Amino acid sequence: MSEVVSMEEIRAISDRLGVDLTQIDLDSIHLPPGDDLGIPSDDEDLLEEDALEEDQGFGNILVVDNLPVVPKEKYEKLEGVVRKIYSQLGVIKEGGLYMPVDPETQKTLGYCFIEYNTPQEAELSKEKTHGYKLDRSHIFAVNMFEDIEKFLKVPDEWAPPEIKPYVPGVRLFTSSVFFEMLLKWLTDEKARDQYVIRSGGDTEVLWNDARQMKPELVYKRPYWTESFVQWSPMGTYLATVHRQGAAIWGGATTFNRLMRYAHPQVKLIDFSPGERYLVTYSSHEPSNPRDTHRVVLNIFDVRTGKVMRDFKGSADEFAVGGTGGVTGVSWPVFRWSGGKEDKYFARIGKNVISVYETETFSLIDKKSIKVENVMDFSWSPTDPILSLFVPECGNQPARVSLVQIPSKEELRQKNLFSVSDCKMYWQSNGDYLAVKVDRYTKTKKSTYTGFELFRIKERDIPIEVLELDNKNDKIIAFAWEPKGHRFAVIHGDNPRPDVSFYSMRSGTNTGRVSKLTTLKGKQANALYWSPGGRFIILAGMKGFNGQLEFFDVDELDTMASAEHFMATDVEWDPTGRYVATAVTSVHEMENGFNIWSFNGKLLYRILKDHFFQFLWRPRPPSFLSKEKEEEIAKNLKKYSKKYEAEDQDVSLLLSEQDREKRKKLKEEWEAWINEWKLLHEEEKMEREKLRDGEASDEEEEYQAKEVEVEEILKVDEEVIPFEESQQ
Amino acid sequence: MRPILMKGHERPLTFLKYNRDGDLLFSCAKDHTPTVWFADNGERLGTYRGHNGAVWCCDVSRDSSRLITGSADQTAMLWDVQTGTQLHTFTFDSPARSVDFSVGDKLAVITTDPFMGLTSAIHVKRISKDPSEHVCLFCLCADILVVEIVPEISESVLVLKGPQGRINRAVWGPLNKTIISAGEDAVIRIWDAETGKILKESDKEIGHKKGITSLQKSVDGSHFITGSLDKSAKLWDIRTLTLIKNYTTERPVNAVTMSPLLNHVVLGGGQDASAVTTTDHRAGKFEAKFYDKILTEEIGGVKGHFGPINALAFNPDGKSFASGGEDGYVRLHHFDQDYFNIKI
Repeated sequence: MSEVVSMEEIRAISDRLGVDLTQIDLDSIHLPPGDDLGIPSDDEDLLEEDALEEDQGFGNILVVDNLPVVPKEKYEKLEGVVRKIYSQLGVIKEGGLYMPVDPETQKTLGYCFIEYNTPQEAELSKEKTHGYKLDRSHIFAVNMFEDIEKFLKVPDEWAPPEIKPYVPGVRLFTSSVFFEMLLKWLTDEKARDQYVIRSGGDTEVLWNDARQMKPELVYKRPYWTESFVQWSPMGTYLATVHRQGAAIWGGATTFNRLMRYAHPQVKLIDFSPGERYLVTYSSHEPSNPRDTHRVVLNIFDVRTGKVMRDFKGSADEFAVGGTGGVTGVSWPVFRWSGGKEDKYFARIGKNVISVYETETFSLIDKKSIKVENVMDFSWSPTDPILSLFVPECGNQPARVSLVQIPSKEELRQKNLFSVSDCKMYWQSNGDYLAVKVDRYTKTKKSTYTGFELFRIKERDIPIEVLELDNKNDKIIAFAWEPKGHRFAVIHGDNPRPDVSFYSMRSGTNTGRVSKLTTLKGKQANALYWSPGGRFIILAGMKGFNGQLEFFDVDELDTMASAEHFMATDVEWDPTGRYVATAVTSVHEMENGFNIWSFNGKLLYRILKDHFFQFLWRPRPPSFLSKEKEEEIAKNLKKYSKKYEAEDQDVSLLLSEQDREKRKKLKEEWEAWINEWKLLHEEEKMEREKLRDGEASDEEEEYQAKEVEVEEILKVDEEVIPFEESQQ
Repeated sequence: MRPILMKGHERPLTFLKYNRDGDLLFSCAKDHTPTVWFADNGERLGTYRGHNGAVWCCDVSRDSSRLITGSADQTAMLWDVQTGTQLHTFTFDSPARSVDFSVGDKLAVITTDPFMGLTSAIHVKRISKDPSEHVCLFCLCADILVVEIVPEISESVLVLKGPQGRINRAVWGPLNKTIISAGEDAVIRIWDAETGKILKESDKEIGHKKGITSLQKSVDGSHFITGSLDKSAKLWDIRTLTLIKNYTTERPVNAVTMSPLLNHVVLGGGQDASAVTTTDHRAGKFEAKFYDKILTEEIGGVKGHFGPINALAFNPDGKSFASGGEDGYVRLHHFDQDYFNIKI
């Protein structure tokens, strides 16, 4: 820092040098850039303060327009009204409400600024109050302060958007590229299926090579995802979840990133059944701890990555109906109507079901379906039919009804009395709907269970009531046979419940449900049907230590009984050929998975510490035409011969390889041992020396010798009288 | 054959050792009395009283006349096998974890634990052989310290790499020229027995990932096997410290041994005693697992212990083996004829 020079001194110096100070243009003097010669500039302090303002940003400031213009006397009243509206939605900063006044007329200008503590609150308020009707002529127009600048830049004239040149690449989803790139895995020569596993930090996609009794690696990537992975419903994409959003991956032989979906702190994702849309969900801590969490849902178009619609709100609004889920929200919030068209999706709200259609992403008929007290709903897996459950309320009985979309016409309704709970199970083809109804007994102290079976595809949708042989049995599990007419129920009291199989049409009796069989005393609490039907696994999870029974429902016969100790998950591959059972890291020990054949033969077992996820890659529905499929079914013998021959070749090759490998290992070992023996021999003398000359090692190995020892114990002499007989 | 249950210890077993003839079995446990048993019928022959702490390890001389034991009472004791009299006591400043006689039984390597600020150390002690005047001679000779390897005070390079934590086992290499040590830091080291320098260290990449609990040499001393908490056992070349085989299992390995007769390896272990759940005994997998030594494939298992297996030993004739568990039992298994006909 240079010393301070007083004006007097400057004048003295200038006089001495003969410089006329008045003639000097101070602005013409330039300091070298970046050098202040040790004199700090006053200006910089000012600049710094400005920068601080900048850093904070204006993301938390709202501009509310279309306020009434009021004179000075009414200023405070208006301010009070505005403050009341906006402080409900967040905490307004102290002095954060500013309503400018025209200095000439002393009237307000019809707008105000509101500053919140956080941008999130501001955003929420904007959502909530944009379009708020204060009265008939004052409808609020609310904008973020930051956006105003953006709007100012909008040119008045419309300019056609620049057309981007065509760039061939992975990101393009033309149908030929699509098939070639993304569905190539379906053309595997060995017709194998893939699965993804996540253990520790690694995520791996593997082929299930059942013939070789081992998996084959397709792609491995450490830290591929930050929380979990998920296949799209037809197996085209693998989705990963990150702090910044979700991403999808796919490709011909490996996995490339195809698209990213920005959604900060995304927690959950869900694909539409036809893979067209991706729903992402996040929940954010409120700035005011008394408030509920704020929820953000985005619906993306999978192929373009565009946000089709977003939903924002407090967690309460999304926590209606359903059971379980994360922080009160039952996931998926949006349930998609069945079929691959992805035409409708719906969510349950208080006393409403909101059904949206995907052409415009708006409510059908611009309004939700009003259903008082609706508790739960589900879509038919194939048709645009909704089933609703409304519990008893006052004099109204509980009811289950079927609603056609988009006409919102009620197809069928059934009233139910003294109901405590209801669960709806659709059969995978949408042919049947089973409603499990828990009813109170007369004393209202206990409940019993019955089933209402709807035949959706028949005229007038007949309903049949099914009660178990023993009405008081508790229902532990229920499952429809995929694509079939049968279902299985586990009922009874632990520890050894019974399993019953029913058919919706058996033999000649096609119009009525009939029981096929009851298996007594099974160690099972979960049912896993093969995706192809016919075979089912009766599994005893958790308390039953992973008992597995592979059952053939056609023959009503147990194929195999096995155990995967502590198993937490059972998953059939999409073809129904193999089953995976896994122990995930909910248990500390035994983490890993087993792969079984459909009939209960253990094929291989892989142990992985910190095992989190096992997911088979789903397959899209068959591309074959109906006729082709029938033809294959007819000539199955011909085809199976070919595959059986292949199987045999592989198994022969495998045992040959195995033999070779073993032979090689043995030879290597022999070689190593011989080498060692040589060395050992060389060192023999030294070893003897160490042992003080005692012959060492194996050479003086202990031998059993038989030694006969004769010992004379006693010598006795006895005189034997000699008889003379020759007398 | 039905295993013989030998109940003599009141606390978990720590170590088992057969003598060379295979007629005696020595067992150490956390109670203070090492015990000797008839290896054939499991009858208890006698105990060695004198220790005042858990006994961690023992070794018996080639002629079965001397027994050395290492104990948590900070001593290692030399015993007369036949009479059970204490011949000499080596006193340390920290618990003795492992003991091993050299070829010729003139030296013993003893490891001590890190304790009260002391670091772990490997000691080599000289032992007199003369049986007639043992008492006096031992007093004289025993304290002659040939080499004392304390990593921290050897070359400065070694300090950094020096063993962290406990050394669980140290044994002699071929011709007493080297000492092989392994312990909690999961690294196997070969030391020069004369100079105390580290000759070799196992590679971090291929070596164990967690603490090594046990180490056993083959009968001919050509290779050794280590068992580790990382749920694997590994077979190493004793000279070059190259990894030969790897055996993976589902449980932390507490004990390993090799059949002297067949190419079989036995691993024993189970989940940590403190983590044993009350749900099911199967959860712990307290089995002795048999592996083919060359093919590294699992052959079978022997169940029985109610708790993890802490010690395993093969009879030198290869026809029986003993296992000692956290449950305080020693189980003596004589193989059926079928065992010797196993073909893979």
